[in-house]
Amino acid sequence: MQLTLEFGGGLELLCESVKVHNVNIDLPKGADKLTMRYLLSWVRTDLIKERPEMFMKGESVRPGVLVLVNDCDWELTGQLDTTLEEKDVVVFISTLHGG
Amino acid sequence: MEADAKPKKSGPRLCCICNQRRAVLKRPKTLEQICRECFYEVFEEEIHQVIVENQLFKPGDRIAIGASGGKDSTVLAYVLSELNRRHNYGLDLFLLSVDEGITGYRDDSLETVKRNELQYGLPLKIVSYKDLYGWTMDEIVKMIGLKNNCTFCGVFRRQALDRGAALLKVDKVATGHNADDIAETVLLNILRGDIARLSRCTSITTGEDGPIPRCKPFKYTYEKEIVMYAYFKKLDYFSTECIYSPNAYRGFAREFIKDLERIRPRAILDIITSGENFRISTSTKMPEQGTCERCGYISSQKWCKACVLLEGLNRGLPKLGIGRSRGLNNDIKKDTKQGGGTKSIESKQCGSLDF
Ligand SMILES: [Zn+2]
Ligand SMILES: [Zn+2]
Ligand SMILES: [Zn+2]
Repeated sequence: MQLTLEFGGGLELLCESVKVHNVNIDLPKGADKLTMRYLLSWVRTDLIKERPEMFMKGESVRPGVLVLVNDCDWELTGQLDTTLEEKDVVVFISTLHGG
Repeated sequence: MEADAKPKKSGPRLCCICNQRRAVLKRPKTLEQICRECFYEVFEEEIHQVIVENQLFKPGDRIAIGASGGKDSTVLAYVLSELNRRHNYGLDLFLLSVDEGITGYRDDSLETVKRNELQYGLPLKIVSYKDLYGWTMDEIVKMIGLKNNCTFCGVFRRQALDRGAALLKVDKVATGHNADDIAETVLLNILRGDIARLSRCTSITTGEDGPIPRCKPFKYTYEKEIVMYAYFKKLDYFSTECIYSPNAYRGFAREFIKDLERIRPRAILDIITSGENFRISTSTKMPEQGTCERCGYISSQKWCKACVLLEGLNRGLPKLGIGRSRGLNNDIKKDTKQGGGTKSIESKQCGSLDF
């Protein structure tokens, strides 16, 4: 599945200062859909280069990291249970960096 | 990000204010789900209400916005110039920045402020540590190392902002401290047992007894909404961590606040209310304000904190003036009354370089 992932508010520093990543993610075995829960674990293992604790806490994002799916607050789409579709755009913004 | 992002197929939820457009945000303060247009409206109008109810500005006031290039001060500059136009505040607005002299960090964030100057049409004044004190933060860190550098950074910045404000001849300085920052400071003051500052740190206007008062128009504004606003409006801000930012204790307090917010977003406002409702008992003496004998800045002691630190740097004794009140002021005058000796908590991580 093709997705666009965007990192902002300082999170881009965790992936070599690249803000926008066009990625292709295989569905987990036996699954027919991709959830934010799976995407986050994928990002942690396959995308982030350093300090994953700045991005994740437990199986979710660290409190203070905002998530938007197609420009909509993920608190409205089901957070970890949000299902993603082809060409979706997921944005992560840290509120913790800088003033 | 393109504005025409497609809605999720699960059926777009409608905005609970206009009932017409797709909701894009859950407000932490009210848990309402609202659309982008209604968000702009409530975000800006709530700040307007806070400004009006607390009489933060008077017509004709010259106001400096403490601008770091970060999200809070960038959104503040944008919203204040909007509201000034829309509601005819009659304010002369300025951007005021402090150049601490941190290569690879401050120079970059100042570029952001310079762009803001053009984007918002607000005149910019930059005051530098080098000009004011003869030292850049890079030089200070080279001398004292990474420990305690935030003491210098914080003391010097507070005074630099006042000096810049005096140069601009402004009536007041507005800073970007948001509700999360203030809740965090309340918590830190509790952890330190600093009851005198506990109540003061929640005041929306401070320093009315000093040369130039400061106010916090974002006192009740959640950080989440500030960042969302900046994101949707595509405002240009700088968000890299300061390279001299070691305050781990503050970091834990921040994390704790964010954890609370996730469980119960109102916690942030409730902590601020708790701070406001603390009353200083008569037995807690507030330090008396005088002026520094050396530079004339307000000080409860013979020399202000910046002069003590500076004296240490210049004499090659950088430990002077760090930590609890001991050292120069007591050297100079043994009978100087103790009080106000502990360093105050700035409601921004020093390294974040916001004011
Ligand atoms: Zn609406
Ligand atoms: Zn610092
Ligand atoms: Zn002084």
